[in-house]
Formats: sequence, structure tokens, C-alpha cells
Amino acid sequence: MRDILKMTAIEVGEAIRKGEITSVEATSALLDAIEAADSEINAYITVCREAALEQAKKVQKLIESGELSGPLAGVPIAIKDNICTKGVKTSCASKILGDFKPPYDATVITRLEEAGMVVVGKLNMDEFAMGSTTETSFYGATKNPWDKNKVPGGSSGGAAAAVAAGEAFCALGSDTGGSIRQPASYCGVTGFKPTYGTVSRYGLIAYASSLDQIGPVARDVRDCAAIMDIIKGKDCMDGTSIELEEQNESYLQMLSGDVSKLRVALPKECFGEGVDDEVRSSVLLMAEELKKQGAEVTEISLPFIKYVIPTYYIMATAEASSNLSRFDGVKYGFRATEYDGLRDLYEATRSEGFGEEVKKRILLGTFVLSSGYYDAYYKKALQVKSIIKEQFDSIFEQYDVIICPTAPATAPTIGESLSDSLKMYLSDIFTVSPNIAGLPALSVPCGFDRSGMPIGAQIIGPRLGERNVLGAGYAYQQVTDFHKRNAAERSETK
Amino acid sequence: MTWETVMGLEVHVELATKSKIFCSCTTEFGGEANTHCCPICTGMPGTLPVLNEKVLEFALKAGIALNCDITRYNKFDRKNYFYPDLPKAYQISQLYFPFAKNGKVEITTKSGEKKTIGIHEIHMEEDAGKLIHSPFGDATYADYNRCGVPLIEIVSEPDFRGSDEVIAYLEQVKSTLEYLGVSDCKMQEGSMRADVNLSVRPVGSKEFGTRTEMKNINSFKAIEHAIEFETKRQIELLESGGRVVQQTRRWDDNKSKSYAMRSKENAQDYRYFPEPDIPPISVSEERLAALKAEQPELAGPKKLRYIEQFGLSDYHASIITLNKNIARIFEQTAELCGEPKEVCNWIIGNAMYLINERSMELGDVSLSPRVFAEFIKAITSGKINKSVGKTLFEVIFDSDDSFDIDKYIADNQLAVIDDDGAIYEVVQAIISANPQSVEQYKEGKTKVMAFFVGQCMRQLKGKANPDKVNKIIVEELAKQ
Repeated sequence: MRDILKMTAIEVGEAIRKGEITSVEATSALLDAIEAADSEINAYITVCREAALEQAKKVQKLIESGELSGPLAGVPIAIKDNICTKGVKTSCASKILGDFKPPYDATVITRLEEAGMVVVGKLNMDEFAMGSTTETSFYGATKNPWDKNKVPGGSSGGAAAAVAAGEAFCALGSDTGGSIRQPASYCGVTGFKPTYGTVSRYGLIAYASSLDQIGPVARDVRDCAAIMDIIKGKDCMDGTSIELEEQNESYLQMLSGDVSKLRVALPKECFGEGVDDEVRSSVLLMAEELKKQGAEVTEISLPFIKYVIPTYYIMATAEASSNLSRFDGVKYGFRATEYDGLRDLYEATRSEGFGEEVKKRILLGTFVLSSGYYDAYYKKALQVKSIIKEQFDSIFEQYDVIICPTAPATAPTIGESLSDSLKMYLSDIFTVSPNIAGLPALSVPCGFDRSGMPIGAQIIGPRLGERNVLGAGYAYQQVTDFHKRNAAERSETK
Repeated sequence: MTWETVMGLEVHVELATKSKIFCSCTTEFGGEANTHCCPICTGMPGTLPVLNEKVLEFALKAGIALNCDITRYNKFDRKNYFYPDLPKAYQISQLYFPFAKNGKVEITTKSGEKKTIGIHEIHMEEDAGKLIHSPFGDATYADYNRCGVPLIEIVSEPDFRGSDEVIAYLEQVKSTLEYLGVSDCKMQEGSMRADVNLSVRPVGSKEFGTRTEMKNINSFKAIEHAIEFETKRQIELLESGGRVVQQTRRWDDNKSKSYAMRSKENAQDYRYFPEPDIPPISVSEERLAALKAEQPELAGPKKLRYIEQFGLSDYHASIITLNKNIARIFEQTAELCGEPKEVCNWIIGNAMYLINERSMELGDVSLSPRVFAEFIKAITSGKINKSVGKTLFEVIFDSDDSFDIDKYIADNQLAVIDDDGAIYEVVQAIISANPQSVEQYKEGKTKVMAFFVGQCMRQLKGKANPDKVNKIIVEELAKQ
């Protein structure tokens, strides 16, 4: 029999349905792989061995009795640690949440469990999803499985590293400004951020509510589509979730591999100065490949791109400063042991409980919302947001997808970014605009640099344009094998 | 110098929806601490607010009835501040796009003139929890039952010039919201609270003086006192050469004094910004039209109808119609017994007395129209007289719908004594026992008649017809 750990999530599901393996075997093989590799990678904050095996047993019975028959029934999945799991520690990789165990599941967790997926553990991340390297975690940095001196990207670094290292078949991450796509790119896996509102945010501990979306990280586009089929759709617990017209249609079924007549736009600003040559050429080669398959490729301009970073950091930090105010040491999580009065309880708890990057962003967000500055910063950012949306709209009148690098360079060395946070913020330049405009965006592996680190290409679509975005990525993966390369093997041979 | 007081009101009203504004927890008053809350209203990480449609409906009804322009797209905003009774550390409220604007309420001033008070805006928001400070040691406990209870805040224009106008406005607003059924407006339970913004200026001046805001006022009486106190304080300050500092003051009703809480310099920066978790709310023309069509008869039109239909005076009709419950009791009783004026008199003379004496809310009066109608019939048919009626009214005021008034009258021998023989007997006994008074009567001092009637009625336990008693006394005295 093939090595279970090398299968995609869909292949695992198939093998379980055919009776070749059981959910318990798949789960147990994965748990062993985590045990073997994670002391080095540090992708997980919490591993739920007992609960996962218990759940796998239950699910296996339901599969055998025919009650569960979905493509991912019985397949283990790992969850970013900012998504609430009932009774299981959910920390946002922050000291301030302590051992917080939510008394409720996020809607996505309920949906995964109803589909028969087995949650094996909670994944490392940048504290409160603030960061692009997974170095700001209270639980220590996650390593990039392709080169353990490199960062895995962030903030869903645990998710991308786990999938790349064979410590997860698939995972759920969250993406506020690139937090799924950028680590997927750095770790050579596939990550998808859906249209805002497609997936319920209920139970996702908010960083920036108007930008946050939950999405899948997996080995290929098919797995991402299959996970999307489970988690997507209107949720009465989230007022910003939307009714999908193709609600009952399956993203997985929609993948055709046919990109003939697909109108692809390449923004010239994303291939110019500041972008590594190897990244540029790999992404351009991808466009060539799609062209060979019948796509029409045209160069366009995204004149607003220089405004996206300030716009994003104003909006995101403003919302974060409010969202993170509830962590005050009063009701749950960490509370400073020494304080004098109420004000001091807040100050001591928040000073000791939050890490540096989080504090920096809370300060920035508090500043931009302050009386006298609101109009100059926050209000202006909202105005730029609507301009960005309009410009995307007009581009998507003529094109089906935009293709560009996910990040300007491959994964940096651990420690490099923390010393220069502005450089780290600028590395988000290609990923933040889909969040600002609420658009779907996918990152797929499209090559390696000369030191063997993965390169990712980003495919952006119009609002609710999931079909073309996933379709283009799928077509590309049909004719390339970058997504099949194995980090563990490469790491060993190095 | 003569001074003029200028006031504006911020009135918080709790909406009477069954569940909270952003979750399905009950809004019921009381309950053991932290039993009426859930992860959403206690702001647990990852939870999200979803607007209760009923809250919007109630708010819109209030906005329409208070003659506001309803905003076609309204939005929520976050008001950020740290306090342990606010578990998210922000209150979801409406700053930039409140649901209603530019309303008006017509009141009658002390001098009987009509005056229009402008409403600047009305917005929806959530209530906070309650902190309970331990009487022992320095512990403070938080009760989140009130968190997320829906409120509307009605912000008036600075149109008030006297406390009578403030009270008239509050009564009008309360009446309207009660008729709509959108709030029970109980000040004692905190479901209606008012903050008063007050400044003074020389009469004739066009400029506003520096204002203070008084919070924590929870009865009409307290509002009157607070206004009186603050007006006096500001005038004394200005006349002694001082200046008013813009500040928030807390009214302590027990001490009849207000205390400075915080001044403008220390005012919090609430860092308002649009609430990203709740999409903008659009209100369609059709919806507005439907809500308007559903609007029940409010106090104003009802008053006119009562004057027309039941022949009540303007003054009586205003008292009877101010409260929905009282108007209902009046109208049902009047229809059952056919004696509207009598019903009105008993309500105004007796029911109101009991309500005031017991500090009851008008809405809590549970007098049964069926029992009340039978009571009126017993009075008008002469079965019982008015003095017995007064006592009996108190009994029916506290009884329920199953009360059997005839049985009660019989059991307690309250019926008027029809047997003339019995009255003669009593009258004769009283006359022979008081020869001195008889003499006085003969000398023309007719005042002693009152003495005889009083004595006889006491003997008869008030159950005889006083006119009849009077007639028999005159008759018997003439025989002396």
C-alpha cells in the first residue's frame, strides 16, 4: 500500500471509503508523524491525540454504516489556533489567552465535524495573526520544513509548515492580509482565501473583522475546493456571511481543467522593482503555461498598488485595537499577578500578556482612531478602500483573473524580519489588496529559487469568482508537479 | 439679573423585545447573576453579534411615532472604553448613521400653551452589565445579565426652558412608547432613564451657556429636584463671579445633590468607528408604510375620541389617555357599564390616589374592567353608597377578574339599608340621647343637623342613604 502520509486529503478520503484504510489508521499515522517531526518544526501548539482517535473511531462507524459519504469523511485536519474548538485550548499563540478553552465551536469546526473530518490539533501562528513569519508566537517560532533556518511565513505558518512537513493532510488557516497565501507560498503548498463572507467567521478570534476570512491550506487545489465545499455558506451566527447563489453547487465538481478563453491579467507593477528575478520568471512561466492551454494573457496596470500597504495597516490595526480590547484580564485568560486597582489591572495584564508586535499594532490602531486623527487616517483609508474596490471591478469587467507573485521573494531567514518590521509589512504588498476588496485569491506553488525554496503564484478573481480562481489553479496543477515536491525528502538530501 | 435655563435630554429606553439585541438570551428583568447571558453577549473571543430583527422593528416604530425621518441606511458603530461591566470593551451603538433623525414631540406647558420639542436623533445600542461592590472587603462582582439588552437613546434638541416642560415631554414619550408596546418605560427598574444637559444664560441672550450633564436620574421627582438644584448651583456660581465647568455630574437622589464625575478635559476618547461585524441596515419604503399602517391609536387621537365619544372634559381625557393601560381599563369598563363619566371619576379620584400612594407604575394596575363595571353599577343603582364605595374600591383595586362583588357586598353586609323602620329606630334613639342638640336645633342652629347625620350614619355603619337619613331626622326633629 502507498504511504498514507504522501496522499492528498481526497486520496485519503477515497482510501477510507473503499475500505483500504480506516480513519483511525490515517489519524494514527498522522499523529505519529506529528510526534516524530514537530519537535523540530513546531507547527502545533496543541495535539489532541486521544480526542482525535476517539472521533476517528466514531466517524469510521458512520462511514461503514453509510451515514457519512463525503469526499473528506474520516480525513484528519489541523486547525489554526485562532479558530475556537470547544473544550480545546485556543490561544491565538498569545500569552494573554492563557489556557482559554472556549465553551463553543466555531461554525467551521461544526461543519467539518458534520462532514466527518477529524480535528487532530491546533496550529502555531503569529500572535493574534499579526505577523508574516510565525515568529511572534508565544509558543516559539515555527520552522520552514524546506529549510529549518527559514521562516514558514505567516501568520498561518503552522498550517503551511504542517502540510509541507507531512504533519497534516490539510488545515484551516485565516487570512487577513495574506496570512494563508503567503505561508502557502513560502512552504510550497496550496492556500486559498475565499470571497469575504463566503465562510462564516463565527468562532474565529478576530484580528480585523472586515478583512478576516477562514480558508484552507492543503497539498493541491482539489483538496482546497473539497474543504471549501464543507465550510462555505451562509451562517445565521455571522451577519457578514453571505447567501451563495451556487450554494448547493460544489467547487470540487466545478473544477474542469479547461482554461481556454480564460482572460488573464498580469499587472506590470507586480513584476517590476523589488521583486526577485526568480520569483518574477517563475510566475511569468506560469502565465505562459496557461497561455499554452488557451488562456489569453494581457499586461495591465494596478496604479493603486502603492497605497495598499498604508490602507491595509490603518484598517487592520484600527479594528484590531478594538477587537483586542476585550483581553483585559477580567473574565478569562491571563491576569497579571500584581496590580493596584482596576486601571493597573488592565495595564499590567495587557503589558505582560501581549507580545511586542501586537502591542505595536494596538498602539497604531488606537492612534488612527483617536479624536482629531480619525478623518486623516481611518476615514481616508475607507475612501481608498472604495477606490481600490472600484478599480478591481473595472479590471474584472475585462478579465477573469489576475495573476501575480504571492510574495516578492521566497522565505527569509529566521530573525531577519523582526529586526525590520517595515520590510516585513512591505512583503505583504501583493496579498493585502484582495482582503481590502474582499476578493477570492489562491496561492499555488510555481517553482523554486536557486537555493531550493518554493515560489508561489497568486490568482485573484472578482467577488464570488471562486470558480475561475480555483479552476485556473487546478488547470495549472494538472500539467505541473511543483505542488507534489516533498519538503521532507528535499530537506534530507540537503 | 434674570436667568433662563436651557436644557436638552438624552433618554435611554429599554426595548421590550423578548431576546437581546445581538443574541437569543432573555431580556427578563432580575434573575440570578449571570444566568441570562451567553458567549455572545459576554463578548467571548470569536463570537459575533447578529442584529435581532425585532429590535429594529421596535426602534422603527418608536422613530415613526416620534415623528422622525427614518434613515434609509443605518449603521452601527463601536464606542470603545474599558470597564468591567462592558465585556467586549466596546459598546455597539450608532454614531454616524443613527436610524432616526429630526423628530418632534408636542407638549403642553405649565401655562397651558402648546410647545414643540425637537428630537435630534434616536439610535439603537446595547446595554452594559452591572457591577456589584461587595460590602465586605474590596471585591467587585460583575453581573452580565443586562449586557446586550436593547436600548434606544432619544436625543432631544436643547428646547426645554423649565422642569415642567421636561416632565411633560417625558410623560409624552413614555405614553407613546407604551402605546406602541415597544417599552414598558419603568423608571424604577431602569427601563427608562434620563440624562439632563443643562446650562443657564441671561434672559434675552442668544448664546448658550456652558452646560453640565447630569446622569443617574431615575424618577420624575428626582428629575425635577436635579434640575432645580443644578439651575441654582449654576446661577449662584455665575453671580458670584465664577464660571461653569463643562462636566458630567452624578445626581444622588438620597442626598438631593449632584457631584462632579469628570470634566471635559478628562473626557474619554471613545474612538468611534463603524462596526465591521454588522452590515448596514436598509429600510425600505414598503416596510415604513407597513409599520405606519400598523401604528395603534396613540394618546393624542384617543383623547379627542374620548371627549367626543364619552363626553369627558379635555382635562380628564388627557389624564385617562396618558397611559395605555389606564385608557384600556377606562374604555372597557365604560363599555360594560355605560357610565363613562362615573368610571372616569372613580379612576381619577380613587385609582390615581392609590397609585400615587403606593408609587405604582400605571402600567401595573390590574383592575378588572368586569369587576369595575359591576362596582359602578352597584353605585349608580344605589345598592351601595359612595362612602362604602370608597372602601370597596380599594378591595376591587387589588382583586382579580374572578372577584364576585355581589357576594362580597352580601357577606360584609355593605348594601344600603332599605328598611326605613331601622333608620327611624336609630334616629329616634340619637334624638332622645341628645336633648341639648335638639334645643339648639329649635333655636335655629341648623348646623347641628350635620352632627345628627354623622351620629346616625355611624350607627348605621354608613350603609344608609344619607339623603334618606337626612329626611327622617328633619321629620323626627319636627315632632319634638
